[in-house]
Amino acid sequence: MAVANIEVSETPLVLYALRRADDALILGHRLSEWCGHAPALEEDMALANMGLDLLGQARELYGYAAKVEGRDNDEDKFAYLRDVRQYRNLLLVEQPNGDFARTLVRQFFYAAFADLYWRAMMASKDPTLAAIAAKSEKESAYHLRHSSEWIVRLGDGTAESHRRAQDAIDHLWSYTGEMFAVDDSERGLIVSGIAIDPASLQPRWLKTVTGIVNEATLQLPANNWMQKGGRSGSHSEHLGHLLSELQSLPRTFPGATW
Amino acid sequence: MYTQALNSSDGDDRGIEDAGRAAQFQARIDADDRIEPNDWMPAAYRKTLTRQISQHAHSEIVGMLPEGNWITRAPSLRRKAALLAKVQDECGHGLYLYAAAETLGTSREELVDGMLSGKAKYSSIFNYPTLTWADIGTIGWLVDGAAIMNQIPLCRCSYGPYARAMIRVCKEESFHQRQGFEIMVTLCRGTAEQKAMAQNALNRWWWPVLMMFGPPDQASQHSDTSTKWKIKRFSNDELRQKFVDATVPQAEFLGLTIPDPGMKQNANGNWEYSAIDWDEFKQVLAGNGPCNRDRLAARRKAHDEGAWVREAAAAYAEKRKNRQLAQAAE
Repeated sequence: MAVANIEVSETPLVLYALRRADDALILGHRLSEWCGHAPALEEDMALANMGLDLLGQARELYGYAAKVEGRDNDEDKFAYLRDVRQYRNLLLVEQPNGDFARTLVRQFFYAAFADLYWRAMMASKDPTLAAIAAKSEKESAYHLRHSSEWIVRLGDGTAESHRRAQDAIDHLWSYTGEMFAVDDSERGLIVSGIAIDPASLQPRWLKTVTGIVNEATLQLPANNWMQKGGRSGSHSEHLGHLLSELQSLPRTFPGATW
Repeated sequence: MYTQALNSSDGDDRGIEDAGRAAQFQARIDADDRIEPNDWMPAAYRKTLTRQISQHAHSEIVGMLPEGNWITRAPSLRRKAALLAKVQDECGHGLYLYAAAETLGTSREELVDGMLSGKAKYSSIFNYPTLTWADIGTIGWLVDGAAIMNQIPLCRCSYGPYARAMIRVCKEESFHQRQGFEIMVTLCRGTAEQKAMAQNALNRWWWPVLMMFGPPDQASQHSDTSTKWKIKRFSNDELRQKFVDATVPQAEFLGLTIPDPGMKQNANGNWEYSAIDWDEFKQVLAGNGPCNRDRLAARRKAHDEGAWVREAAAAYAEKRKNRQLAQAAE
């Protein structure tokens, strides 16, 4: 790689915005990998659509992080010139697409959280974050509806789709706990009313998820051990490969404008 | 899901051909009337349009692949969003073109099977590889530019559903074309490496793009009847010439050289291009282009790997219907 990583001043608010931006970028990127390869044209459209929503959310959040940080960074520097250890997204969103069930369960777990999260964030004392939340909430509500309908179809469809959906739930479950965790950096923002406490959303998230999973005749795993590390840059092996692809052009051609 | 059975037309008389009906039909075409799905039409008109619209739909869907190749590597977030939105547009075009073709009585499933089995054709241009980011600019600029030349006249096609679909398609294509040209402008104003990348992409795409307009007029099989039926309003060579004349000044503006040293402007102001290698075109159509195998393999893989999903959706819909029926009976 010919181009060096940027330096980021991770004040609590910058870090906060980067974490949410990274969630949206990485999940949007994963969805964009389906483009041209989905099980039906309608799903090609839907997955691209959700990918575009998330990419839009990422751009707004990166833009805000750049503004708050007040250095020379911008959305593209954040996306293209940070390495794995500087990325702050949830482990859940970087997990590979796998089959359609894996992608939709990942989407379902995240959207069920994002829908609640952004709705609550509309009350943020930070007007920019409240505005981003208002837009993201509408999008997340659709993502949740779309993925919920598929979980039910797959779970209650054929024996094969049931097995695949259950495999996906079992595989991804341990990445869901990280969504509700809070560290010291974010605690201060919660206390001052800029961020909301995600832990407070956990019971409602579990209720939504349990409801759909039951309707789909599927089951949540009994094992509740949760993986963590994404928020502080300790990722799974998958993110590095994603980034080497995503970042290849700006890393190869120093200083070029595209 | 595409499980609609539209290909049974029992109990109607649309298949009955007679001279009176044929004359009436031609009179409507001559009067610039639009033919609609439930109108009587000659079987050959139906067949020609089904072939043309479905080939067009297949081209949109296969066309997602060469550009989709760069979505995960787009060099900025703005470019990434624009490219993803563009490829999604192509998918949308494919969808409503299949819907337009279905109005002629063949199901999407059957049309798609024709493409996957290799029987039905799609545009030869998508059998070339996208090697660099400049290919994405070049496809927008030239491939979409050529598509627009071909498709603008189709907005006045005699078959209503196709003509209406083309109006929407053309609006989006012209946006894509400007987007592609803007990528080229950025590359040509960029570093020496970027400019070389742009020139190399033009070198590789120029001749295949000229082939997009189809064989020269004296060799074209379908033109005569298609012209009579107002499906086709300009000949392949006329459209090709229009495209070349529009493109030469754009290449000049970019500071790029069209890879045809023999090209010259004639007294009418038209740019005369050198002979096209029609053998290459025939080879690509016959399945021997650089990416034919990859493209079909990618579509078949998506179709095969999606089968269990489509089956699940159908099974669930069936279960749900039965539950509702059982509930209603209680």
